[in-house]
Amino acid sequence: MRKLAKWFSVLVMASMLMSACGGGGASGEKFRIAVVTPSAKNDLAFSQSIYESLLKVQEAQGGPEKLEFVISEGMFVVDDAGAAIRDYASQGYDLVIAHGSQYGSVLQEIAPDFPETSFAWGTTVDTFVDKGITNVFAYEARSEQGGYVNGVMAGALTKSNVIGVVGPIETGDAKLYVDGFVAGVKAQNPNAQVNVNWIGSFSDVALASEAAQTHVKAGADVMAGTAQMVVGAIGVAKENNVLWFGTQASQTSLAPEVVVANQIYDWSGVILEMIDLIGKGTLGGQSFAITLENKGLYIEFNPAYSLPPEVKQLAEATINAIVTGAINVAP
Amino acid sequence: MIGELLTAQVLLGILASGIRLATPYLYAALGETFGQRSGVLNLGVEGQMLVGAFAAFYVARQTGSLWLGVAAALFVGALMGLIMAFVSITLHAQQGISGIGFYLFGLGLSDLLFQTLLGTVQTVSGFRPLAIPLLSRIPVLGEVFFNQNLLVYGAYLLVPVAAFVMDKTTFGLKIRAVGENPEAADSLGVNVSLVRYITVTLGGALSGLAGASLSIALLNVFQQNLTSGLGFIAVALVYFGGWRPWGVLAGALLFSMVNALQLWVQVLGLPIPSEFAVMMPYVLTILALVVAVQRVRPPTALTKPFVREG
Repeated sequence: MRKLAKWFSVLVMASMLMSACGGGGASGEKFRIAVVTPSAKNDLAFSQSIYESLLKVQEAQGGPEKLEFVISEGMFVVDDAGAAIRDYASQGYDLVIAHGSQYGSVLQEIAPDFPETSFAWGTTVDTFVDKGITNVFAYEARSEQGGYVNGVMAGALTKSNVIGVVGPIETGDAKLYVDGFVAGVKAQNPNAQVNVNWIGSFSDVALASEAAQTHVKAGADVMAGTAQMVVGAIGVAKENNVLWFGTQASQTSLAPEVVVANQIYDWSGVILEMIDLIGKGTLGGQSFAITLENKGLYIEFNPAYSLPPEVKQLAEATINAIVTGAINVAP
Repeated sequence: MIGELLTAQVLLGILASGIRLATPYLYAALGETFGQRSGVLNLGVEGQMLVGAFAAFYVARQTGSLWLGVAAALFVGALMGLIMAFVSITLHAQQGISGIGFYLFGLGLSDLLFQTLLGTVQTVSGFRPLAIPLLSRIPVLGEVFFNQNLLVYGAYLLVPVAAFVMDKTTFGLKIRAVGENPEAADSLGVNVSLVRYITVTLGGALSGLAGASLSIALLNVFQQNLTSGLGFIAVALVYFGGWRPWGVLAGALLFSMVNALQLWVQVLGLPIPSEFAVMMPYVLTILALVVAVQRVRPPTALTKPFVREG
């Protein structure tokens, strides 16, 4: 037993030594990014958005020879995610991204142990700078902006004046998106009623599906939703010929007949900025947001759905108004 | 406020949703009931459901045949049940731990296959609602009860079948004997291991079918961790139902109906915070467990491996 403990402490020391050396190797060599996500990289939602953004960043930086990235997906257990984050940090990755607001507490513990490594945490605005931690970037999506645009279109398209929303838990960017969506509907069509259902889970596809059934029974002819469990709701929309508005990633492939538009998250600009800062020696302490203005958020219209031209114009005018500040969608 | 909930539209909506939501619980929990009555606790239900859900989805998509999908789910579920049986019955492994192991195995395997074979979330054209002639014409209720898809009907038909097998057949008697007093059953010439192998394999097959009811009948998609804990609730429902098929039905319906109710509470905009609404099914199920006097006790030999003396 004592022998084992001795070996263990040697191992720990060796790994600490390695991590200390690894952190400094950013310049000149290949830039290495690791990302930990709560769901699958092909979830058509939150995790897919960071995965696709990283592919874009890799391309922009000159391919896998210049920038390498690895992803640990499906880390819905926060402790497992914490272990992965620590592992990547000790392997000397230049930037370790904790892609999930639930990872905050573990990151706060881990980041101080690796002062040479840069971390990023989203979606949040908290970089832990007030706790004396200087190597964490924060990023968030102003998802209420695209939510507002989608809401305006939904308000214009509904005939029954009943609109259903399926959300996960009333927090973070899901709440921002839904609040923006409801505000958009109300601005366009004050007579429309928006029923919002928070199902209390990011993963319960069966309950999301049943929530959508409930909206349909309540008369909804347009629905929206956010997070990875909405694939269940999209199936219901398709079957009942109810229009669907997506967010985070393109959900068009699941129901090309009824998906009107998706708000897409593109984190590549934010990540490129972080890489730039890390190159200059700043490892954290700054907070970023993707918006319609900086093109981190954009509305992708489904080409297979024939959106009336006046509604499309309305959407584009709304995007413009948000970018110029004429419409302020306060979170 | 309560008045809004008591309209025909809402009550029928709750019934229809509750009936659908209870379907995967019924398959999985009835299967688990057989295993537990024979003395084997299988906590790997969730993993078996996931692998079954994937197998059904993939086979249905590749072949275009939903029935082949169902067969695939039954087969892989049974196979996982058989391995679980080998580990817990032949190797005498601690059942709680090995069950969790099987859950993690199923979670990982279904995800690996999903990532490599499908690559992204896709859809399949699943079982359509099938109106039963005459019965579906019953005003109001016909639509709710007799216009569901085949796998939903199957789950409810399975309840009396399971109750009959358990209470009225020789095989059911053997299951109960093996779960209560394996030594006595053994001395009377019952092959304890064989009975347990059969129940655990059957339980696996039904868990696989529970997964299929999600992936090719109710949701028609497959996603990583599609079952999201339903399998663990199914195990809890076996306790709730006092190890009896009709009790399992009552528990599954109570939980699902209250879940459907809370969806309506939110849609109608009743002034109850969503966090409380989503807690309702869990709180009520626990209350029902506490308040209802549980005179039934678990099978005496539950989780105890059988080792023949001498």
